[in-house]
Amino acid sequence: MSSQRPSGWYAVPAFAFFALFAALPMVIVVYLSFTAWDGLGTPAPNGVDNWTRLVQDGEATASVGRTVLLMVVSWLVQTPIALLVGVWAAGKQRSRAVLSSIFFLPLLLSTAAIALLWQVLLDPNFGAFVGGPQFLGDTDIAIYTVVFVISWQYIPFHTLLYQGAARAVPPTLYEAATIDGAGRFGQFVNITLPQLRFTIVTSSVLMMVGSLTTFDTVLILTNGGPGTATRILPLHMYITGFVGFEMGYASTIAVVLVVLGTALSVAVMRWSGFRSMSSQQEGS
Amino acid sequence: MSRRSWMRPLIAMGLVAVAAVSTACGSSGPADPANGLKVWALEDPVLNKIEQKSIDSFKAGGGNASLETFGNDPYKQRLRVAIGSPQAPDLFFNWGGGNLKEYVDAGKVADLTAVLDENAAVRDKFIPSVLDGAKLDGKTYGVPMRGMQPVMLFYNKDVFAAAGAQPPTTWDDLLTLVDTFKAQGVTPIALAGSQAWTELMWAEYVLDRVAGPEVFKNIRDNGPAGWKDPAVVESMTKLKDLIDRGAFGSNFASVGYDAGGASTILAQGKAAMHLMGSWEYTNQLDQSPDFVKQNKLGWVAFPSVTGGKGDAGNLVGNVSNFYSATSDSKNLDGAKKFLTTTLTEDSYIQALVEAGDVPPVVGAEEMLKKSPNPDYATFIYELVLDSKNFQLSWDQDLPADDATFMLTQLQEFFLGKVSPQQFVDAVAAR
Repeated sequence: MSSQRPSGWYAVPAFAFFALFAALPMVIVVYLSFTAWDGLGTPAPNGVDNWTRLVQDGEATASVGRTVLLMVVSWLVQTPIALLVGVWAAGKQRSRAVLSSIFFLPLLLSTAAIALLWQVLLDPNFGAFVGGPQFLGDTDIAIYTVVFVISWQYIPFHTLLYQGAARAVPPTLYEAATIDGAGRFGQFVNITLPQLRFTIVTSSVLMMVGSLTTFDTVLILTNGGPGTATRILPLHMYITGFVGFEMGYASTIAVVLVVLGTALSVAVMRWSGFRSMSSQQEGS
Repeated sequence: MSRRSWMRPLIAMGLVAVAAVSTACGSSGPADPANGLKVWALEDPVLNKIEQKSIDSFKAGGGNASLETFGNDPYKQRLRVAIGSPQAPDLFFNWGGGNLKEYVDAGKVADLTAVLDENAAVRDKFIPSVLDGAKLDGKTYGVPMRGMQPVMLFYNKDVFAAAGAQPPTTWDDLLTLVDTFKAQGVTPIALAGSQAWTELMWAEYVLDRVAGPEVFKNIRDNGPAGWKDPAVVESMTKLKDLIDRGAFGSNFASVGYDAGGASTILAQGKAAMHLMGSWEYTNQLDQSPDFVKQNKLGWVAFPSVTGGKGDAGNLVGNVSNFYSATSDSKNLDGAKKFLTTTLTEDSYIQALVEAGDVPPVVGAEEMLKKSPNPDYATFIYELVLDSKNFQLSWDQDLPADDATFMLTQLQEFFLGKVSPQQFVDAVAAR
């Protein structure tokens, strides 16, 4: 072992926490997914009943569909806005600093506060859009309202990532491009975007895994409604487990969530070539 | 790193995890008898003070007890996890019916029949139909500890006067009123449809009026196949007519009850009627005090359905709330003593009346006349005394998994996504 490197023992606390609070519960949840348990008494193993039920459960299938829709649409909405605003905010003018700090305000609010705020603003009788579309009451619109609220909350965070990355782009690249006669658009496409590619990957992974596990916003804003129009997979799991007290079946849904989340982040990493990431420093 | 160097941390990690788990399991010691009875109840700023008084009175009599309260959903989850564990309460709040049945079936609840027979004076103080709310297979598992909460039809007197209308006594009246108020540009009936339990009240009453209480009791006792009774489709079709007629307006799906949405549009005259539990009165008094004090809030029993088999006096709602004792309580005798001494004391009942609750005891007429809202309290009291049947809300009376599924289907039904027949097919197939 190289004397320069810290001993492996330094990793023990982190590994222990991971084992206790992530790995162990996951093992237990996988076990519970093969049992019938209503929260009272001891779980009774029931073979693959929960898994066959999952396949036949139209509501579970539909909620997976909604989760994917939510994930894709929020990525499509958040990424361009966060990217553009981030690059813009990376400038040095004073007005940008002031505007940026206002823009970052949603980041400081708790999710519960944001969900309640928008619920009140969108109230059909007393909100800001009385007589307008039923943002939370129309089964076709509600899921997009959720996407909007989530985007409103998280765009500032991703903007912050892009701002930081854009500031790290070496100015010499832009100077050289200017001499070559490249315009603003050309510089953005040929220099900024390629330089930000790893940030785009990072931000996308956070966004997608975040969308997959979004729960509190939806719970407070719509509780999955109207009807089941916004009942995404994590909410379906919660309602099954903690309202219907079908802990065994809820564990099955939880396992699906874990698998989907892991698969998704691995896929994004591979597809983007993130694993072969090399140094972005000049001259390397 | 060499293979050896990461194996050791991995083993160490495993040991730490095992150690942490085993200490976590070992830390739950025996309950401390000095703490006395652990009493769990639902959070309620007004009623919790009264419940605390019953505990103080128990202490004054030489007993020992302490009260812990929780919000609605956290309470249900907490109780589920705690019951049967060393952290379980000795006495716990519940709604009776199927809600209690799950715990009884799991053997977690003490049978109180014998102790109530020994204390017949206490037992006979309660209105029998209310005491029945915690009876399963002829055995009593709970003692009423809060007021009675039937569901009734509230209305805005001003809106009715402006339309020259009278509150409905039959289903046909109700349909006519819907047209009347629609023509006036008023939402006929306020509905907090973002929460399924408000819609459930309509389904419960219509089925009861059409077919009587037996149809639902059959579903509860003999399983979901009971939903296939033709009366269910018939009553749901009636309800669909009401929805399609525009009775609830067009935006009920995003109106909430907790945020005060439905109650406020009633108080502001944007809606004419509102079907809700008896707590609506206190809620209105709190949120729109002038509306109540200026005598603009009216109330009637749910209308009858012409040709229906159900008695027009039948009620649905929360029969009462109950305290039940856990069967493995270390102080079961103390718990039984608490249940048979503190809950029928005059001071306790008097305090409930003063808080605006209608206690489930016989002979409360005089006390209610001196209550803060004598007309209202007396109305509820007589409504319950005169009723032939008081059906506990279906979502409390069915097992939690069936109830959750049924509520989801009901929301889809109100949105028009599911027909009466599809609703029946779905809930019957559970």
